[in-house]
Parts: sequence; C-alpha cells; structure tokens
Amino acid sequence: MARFIIIRLLQVFVALIGISILIFVLVRASGDPTDLFRTSSSTEEDIARIRANLGLDKPIPEQYWIFVTDLAQGDLGESLVKRRPVTEMIFERLPNTLSLAATSFFISMLLALFLGVLGATKRDTFLDNGVKFIAILGQALPGFWVAIMAILVFSVYWQIFPPYGHGTPAHYVLPVATMAFFLLPGMMRLVRSSMLDVLDSEYIKLARIKGLPERVVIWKHALRNALIAPLTAAGMVFAMLITGMVVTEQVFAWPGIGRLIIEALVSRDFPVVQGIILMVGAVVLLINLLVDILYAYVDPQIRYQQM
Amino acid sequence: MDTVKLTTGGGVKRGARRTSIFLKWTFFIPAAVLLLMVIMAIFAPVLAPYPYDQIAMTDRLMPPFFVEGGSTDHILGTDLIGRDVLSRVIYGARISLSVALLVILITASIGTVLGIVAGYLGGRTDAFLMRFTDTSLSFPAILIALLLAATLGPGYWTVVLAISLLGWAPYARIIRGEALKLREADFVAQARIIGTSPIRIMVRHIFPNIINPLIIMVTLSVGMVILTEAILSYLGAGIPPPAASWGNMVNDGRNLIDSAWWISLWPGLAIGLVVLAGNFLGDWLRDEMDPRLRQI
Repeated sequence: MARFIIIRLLQVFVALIGISILIFVLVRASGDPTDLFRTSSSTEEDIARIRANLGLDKPIPEQYWIFVTDLAQGDLGESLVKRRPVTEMIFERLPNTLSLAATSFFISMLLALFLGVLGATKRDTFLDNGVKFIAILGQALPGFWVAIMAILVFSVYWQIFPPYGHGTPAHYVLPVATMAFFLLPGMMRLVRSSMLDVLDSEYIKLARIKGLPERVVIWKHALRNALIAPLTAAGMVFAMLITGMVVTEQVFAWPGIGRLIIEALVSRDFPVVQGIILMVGAVVLLINLLVDILYAYVDPQIRYQQM
Repeated sequence: MDTVKLTTGGGVKRGARRTSIFLKWTFFIPAAVLLLMVIMAIFAPVLAPYPYDQIAMTDRLMPPFFVEGGSTDHILGTDLIGRDVLSRVIYGARISLSVALLVILITASIGTVLGIVAGYLGGRTDAFLMRFTDTSLSFPAILIALLLAATLGPGYWTVVLAISLLGWAPYARIIRGEALKLREADFVAQARIIGTSPIRIMVRHIFPNIINPLIIMVTLSVGMVILTEAILSYLGAGIPPPAASWGNMVNDGRNLIDSAWWISLWPGLAIGLVVLAGNFLGDWLRDEMDPRLRQI
C-alpha cells in the first residue's frame, strides 16, 4: 500500500509540473508576455518591474525556475485590477463556492442514489423510463440555458425565487437545481448500471432465499456493494462539479471562485486566472489521488494490478 | 477470435436489416435532424433571411411573430441591436458543427493512435500512456479552456485547441481496451509469426477491427463537443461576438430575460436538438454495431 501511494504521489507531482509548463509556455506563446500583466494604466516603470519579476532578461530555464519557485512558496502573484494578492481574493470567495458546491453535491447524490436504485429495481417500467428520459434531457440540454429558462419561469413569471445574488436560503434553490442538472444524469446512470450488475449476483439471490425483506436486500445488501464501482468515476464527477460551478455562478451572479475567474478573464486580469487554475487544478489532482487510495483500500485487487 | 466473429456477425446483421433501417424512427429522426443542421450550416447565406450581423436599430427587441408586437419579417424576433435571431441561429450551426468536425478529427486521430500503441505494445508504454490518459480524463477541460482564452485570447482556434487538448483521452481509453483484446486474437498471432512488423500489424490488422467502436464514439462525442463549445462561448471564453455562436447568443439574452426571452430561448433549443440527435444516433449505432460497448 505504501508503494502504491508513493507511486501515485509521484504521478500527481508530474501532472503538476505538466500544468506549470503548460502555463509557462502559453504565457510566452502569445508574443510579449508583459502584455498579459499590464493594464491600461501601466507605466513604463511598471512594465520594467514585470519584466524583472518574470525574469524575462534571463535564459528560458531560469525563467521557468523563477516561475516554479514562486508557485512552490504559495505566491500566486497580485491582481492587476484589485492590486491585492490572488490567494487572498480566492480565500475570500471560497466559502461561497464551497457552500453551494456542497449543498448541490449532497442533494444530487441523494437523488441519484434514490432514482438510480429505483431505475434498476423497477426496470423498464414507467418510472424507469421517466428516470431515463430525465437523464437523456439532462445530458443534451445546455445547463446555462436551462438555468436562464428557470429564471424566466420562476423569477420573472412567477416571482418565487430571486434571479441572482446570494444570502438567503431562497437564493440557493435555482443554483442548486442547476447544479443538479449538471451532476444528476451522470451520477444516476452510474448508480443504475452498477446496481443492475449487483442485483444479478449470487449473494443477492441468497439474501432473497433467506427470506429477507426486499427493502433490506436492496437498500442494505445491494446498494452497499453497488457504491464501489461508481467510485472510479468520482474524478469525472468532480470535473463536472467544477464545470457546473463556473457556469452556475456566472448565470446567477453568485460571488464565488467560478465567477471570480470569469470576471478576471473579462477584465484581462491574468494573475487571477492563472492562480485559480493552478489552485483548482491541484485540488483536482489531490482529490483523484484520494479516490484512488480509497478505491485501492476498498478493493485490494487494484493495488496489485496497477503497481 | 471473439472480435473476428463480432465483425463478421455485425456485417451479416446489417445486411439483413438494410431494408428496415430507414423506417426505424430511432435512426431516422436523429439522422434527419443532423442532416438538416448540416444543410443549414452549409447553405446559411442562402437560407438566412438576413446577414447574421446586420444591425437595425429601428427593429430592436422585436418578439417572435406569434407574440403580440411581432412580425413575420423576423419570425423568431430580433435582439438588442436589431439583428434577426433566426438568421443568427442558422449561422450558429456553422460554428457549432465546424468546431465539432475539427475537434473530432483531431481528438479521434490522436486517441486512436495512442490507444492502439498502448494496447498493442503493452508493458511500460501502456502503463505510462494510460496514467497520462487517466489524468487527462479526470482534469476539467474548462480549466484548460479558460487558461487558453486568457493567454491566447478567445477565438475560433482557441476553442478548437482547448477542447482537443484533453478530448483525445476517452478515445485512447476505449481504443486501448479493444486493441488489448485484439492483440491476443489468432490472426494477429499469425501475422506476428510470419514476421509482420508491429507497425504493419497495428495499421493493417488492429485498426480495421476497431472501426466500429470508433464510429460509435465519434457519433457520441458530437454532442459533447457542441455542448462544450456552447459553454465556453456562453462564458465569454469561446467564440467572441459579433460572430453568431449559439452559446454567446444565449449569453446576449441573459440580462434581458425579463423582457426579451426569445434571444436566449431559440439558440438554446438549437443546441439541445443537435446534442439530443447526436446522442440518440450514437446510442442507436452502438446497439446495432456493438452492444458490448454499453459503458461508453
């Protein structure tokens, strides 16, 4: 197990270096790198300072070294627009993002479990087809558009929920529903197909022969084992969560990190864009590492297979 | 051996069903929708009643013809600066479909090559390529896309590059699995024994046998690519205005949703329709050609 974790940690490290090289190259690919770090009010002096900070007069390997050592020290630079450290701006917005992401994730997860199991046990009935229909629509309709249509119906037409902003529980309803739209179809499909596999197995037959009530067989014996397979897809679910958050925060003007990165993109505040991408990218890699370890722990076969 | 049987089996099945294919609505409807979209994209200048960027300040914010105040001059209404929404939706098909075509050409090629190489050569090459693939699979494409938009500037080629950069990974994963199975097939072993070079085996013996899953994946990814392009354009990291991309059209209507809902409604429906058609066609192809590939 220790060897397994060390190898995985090395892979995360390599991936991080990959991302840093990508950013490094892209900044220099667009011509003059100082363009990305200047605003309309920048003076010649500012540009000279940017040049020195990036080490542009030094050879390329040394420039990369300067870039990476700054990052390794947790220095993500300073916003060009707000003139504040990027890390400070990220942490200021983090609670808003986390509260929406966590609420959406848990609600979607519960719904996915419930509907996925329902789809698997009541196969090919009206209910199952209904669940499948929702999943098909969810994978085809663009989430940002559904969110805007929801605003039209629930905020403009019926005026039940506020169209944007945050603060009260009512502000959560439409964003969480939008997030569920992103997360639910994929999660539901995973639970359903995994549940179908498990229901076919011998020990489920045994549990039924033993005379256990169907409720116990399904929700206890089957579900518990059906949850292992979808775990491998946790990384992809997390990726969907991030995409969903950026879009949802943008539609509902939710003051989180997703909105911050789009604001920074529009105002050409490159250090902020770069900082958020690096930070979120690192979190993605770490989450995947944790999932891998968890999976290897639950299913020992993996450990030996992938050494 | 298994796979050889499957390929010939597929051929026989298809031959027997040839007469009924076009009568099946699960094939016919999505195929017709996609064909219609392709025609719309190619003949946009002929079909669109107005140029996509023709501004008419006197006709601002006109509703669709069936709503009071609308007129048949602008069947689906006009936007904030009086551009015809129908014309822009028609032109939008050009962007969505051409981005999808380019991205799929790039990603399917890279993914197929890497997948076959990893699956056939196995060993360290396989282990290395698959770790690389897994990392790419779990990394959110949106982060890379935003990074590219910030450095290279938003634009058509930035979008193509951004979606392609990670988009090859699902191809590599599935194709590798297929190649791994084919490696053990009798005809591949025989080719090896008579001294065929590995490259020739991969090109002449493995590749023709993975065409079925490849076609299925290509069809299924049409929807994915179009959705991603729309998301990026909506966020302002994709195709910039005044070009008519369905994603940035929905964005144009976001702040006018309380007064001019039609600006966002139609392009969103267009996206949904194409993606739905692509997904249905892909599902249908999979069930017909290769039901084993349920997990794709």
